[in-house]
Amino acid sequence: MSQGFKQQTILLIGVNHKTAPVEVREPLALKGAEEEPVKLFAQIPPVDEVLFLSTCNRVEVLFTSTDPKRALIELKELWAQKSGLPVPTIDEHVYEYRNEDAIRHIFMVASSLDSMVVGEPQILGQLKDAYRHASDFKTTGMVLNRLLHKAFSVAKKVRTETKIGSQAVSISYAAVELARKIFGELSDKVAMLIGAGEMAELAAQHLISNGVKGLIVANRTLERAVELSTQLGGDAIGLDEIEDALVKADIVISSTGAPGLVLTKDQVKRAMRPRRHRLLFLIDIAVPRDIDPAINDIENVYLYDIDDLKGVVEENKQERAKEAKKAERMVEEELLKFLSWMKTLDVLPVIQGIQEKAEAIRRRELERSKKYLGNLSDDQLEAIERLTNSIVQKILHDPIVCLRKNASNEECVKALLDTTSILFNLDSN
Amino acid sequence: MDRFFFVLAFLVYGVSFGGFFVHMITLKKPVKRAALWVLFCGFILHGLSIGARWYESGHPPVVNFHETLSFVAFFMTGLYLALEQKYRLKTIGTFVTPIILLIMAAAAVQPQRVVPLPPALQSIWLPIHATICLISYAVFALSFCISVMFLIQERQIKKKHLGGLFKRLPSLDALDVMNERCLKVGFPLLTIGIVTGSIWAEEAWGRYWGWDPKETWSLITWLWYAAILHQRLTVGWRGRRAAIMTIIGFLTLIFTFIGVNFLLSGEHSYVSRF
Repeated sequence: MSQGFKQQTILLIGVNHKTAPVEVREPLALKGAEEEPVKLFAQIPPVDEVLFLSTCNRVEVLFTSTDPKRALIELKELWAQKSGLPVPTIDEHVYEYRNEDAIRHIFMVASSLDSMVVGEPQILGQLKDAYRHASDFKTTGMVLNRLLHKAFSVAKKVRTETKIGSQAVSISYAAVELARKIFGELSDKVAMLIGAGEMAELAAQHLISNGVKGLIVANRTLERAVELSTQLGGDAIGLDEIEDALVKADIVISSTGAPGLVLTKDQVKRAMRPRRHRLLFLIDIAVPRDIDPAINDIENVYLYDIDDLKGVVEENKQERAKEAKKAERMVEEELLKFLSWMKTLDVLPVIQGIQEKAEAIRRRELERSKKYLGNLSDDQLEAIERLTNSIVQKILHDPIVCLRKNASNEECVKALLDTTSILFNLDSN
Repeated sequence: MDRFFFVLAFLVYGVSFGGFFVHMITLKKPVKRAALWVLFCGFILHGLSIGARWYESGHPPVVNFHETLSFVAFFMTGLYLALEQKYRLKTIGTFVTPIILLIMAAAAVQPQRVVPLPPALQSIWLPIHATICLISYAVFALSFCISVMFLIQERQIKKKHLGGLFKRLPSLDALDVMNERCLKVGFPLLTIGIVTGSIWAEEAWGRYWGWDPKETWSLITWLWYAAILHQRLTVGWRGRRAAIMTIIGFLTLIFTFIGVNFLLSGEHSYVSRF
């Protein structure tokens, strides 16, 4: 087949908490990049449609291309260049999925079957945000639009038809579990949130429902801190007041979007004496990290980052495994449906080719005949347009229907496409 | 008769330990309840053994190693049962009962014959001094168990290796609070024990303090526990450091209690001679 009729391949390349440590995921998230990552990747010539998903546990690029080999190479090179990681490092940690596997993967991700905490609800929202973002930059097209909408509906179906999300599980849930192992009762404890984003809010709600006594919200913009603290019932402070607040707080959850450290070892060390060495539990759910990892070395201070929380959620895995099996079956069903739609996609370029060729012939012949037809009124011209158009459409109707009908029939579709290309001499165009 | 009850109590404690162990693995509440009841039965039998011995000898059975060790184990069991009644901390039993069994085993291998009380010990201060000291030892033995649990749990959380024990051990805060309470109870008892001993020494030998090895080591132990309590109350020391200090304190205590009598000679060496 010619260049123009090459099939679209759906590809997914990325890293998650299982394949790459947070040190690798951090730069790949391209948080500090001047240009929007999705826009950046869309500029790669062999990449047609693209979506960039970055959450605390995963960074993934979903894209389509008619030249997947080249697209992958160029994408990796660009990613390496912008993240500052060498290509071999990226190669070492990424997973690459193609077509069926890529679709399955994105369905699994959307349904939270691939998450660290299986069944956690956030990921769907994050995927929706990533999709909205890509749509804003117009980097998605027919294939990804359809794929993402399907992924959302699969996720919804999984959520409503299985018990996978019946327990409140998420990173914040895992954090609360751990807090209980450190403090026992949380009713006399004070929690501090650093960063007033969605993640922080979720964690705060979880802590409040588990009965913490007080809440302090620290944020770069005091306005947002006040807003959240009023909503949840707590005190608002600025980022520069964190050190003083550390004396009061027992649980600190940090999830700012700041590129650098928000809390240093010295700050925590200084706070320990006035706190009378009371146990301090810090949870860093930000990527890149907000809290200096060395803080964990301080006595009576326990610091957990996203990767560390893995251990806590491990326990829930078995319970969920059964429901997850059911959910996976649902994903497989939806995958088959999507694949059959994808196959109809293969015949589209050929159909388009025939239509374009026929239209070109019609126009050319019409132009040629016009000089013999003399002066025609607009009505007459329009009638001729309609006539020729209808002749072309009627002639093409049966071959197009035949192509569409057999699109999902793997065995004959390739032969049919080749034959059609030869019959209509599409290659020469 | 006392030996019969002692052996029976020992065996019942063993069964109770088995119960606590099974509970730690399965986390089934009825198993723990059963283990606690068995332990309580053991405690009663143990009490009968001590009572029988007291009746037989005509003086409080706190004179030789068999008796004192048995007494510490008895009080430790009682304290643990009371603690459990009040705080219901899971799996402490699995850590406390082996220590009780160990002390019981140590008591069992000691000579057990009942001997008449030598004149030097015939005093009202004997039951007062010895009982108070032994109760404080029992409290410190309990705080030792709690400190060991704390260190295990702390290490798991710090190193982020949240194994099977993680789920089964109480929270760090609860263990630390319990440890501090033990210290607050045990330290005054130890102090009173030393003071009463001193008064008794004045009565028996005409001097309050004689730098006898036992007395010296008691002072060292006392100073050590005083230091922990001081640091806890003034600076706010807690957690790992406090737990390690408690463990060292208990080892010093064991030396004061047992080691001194075997390794160094002094006024208290009568204990090992019976």
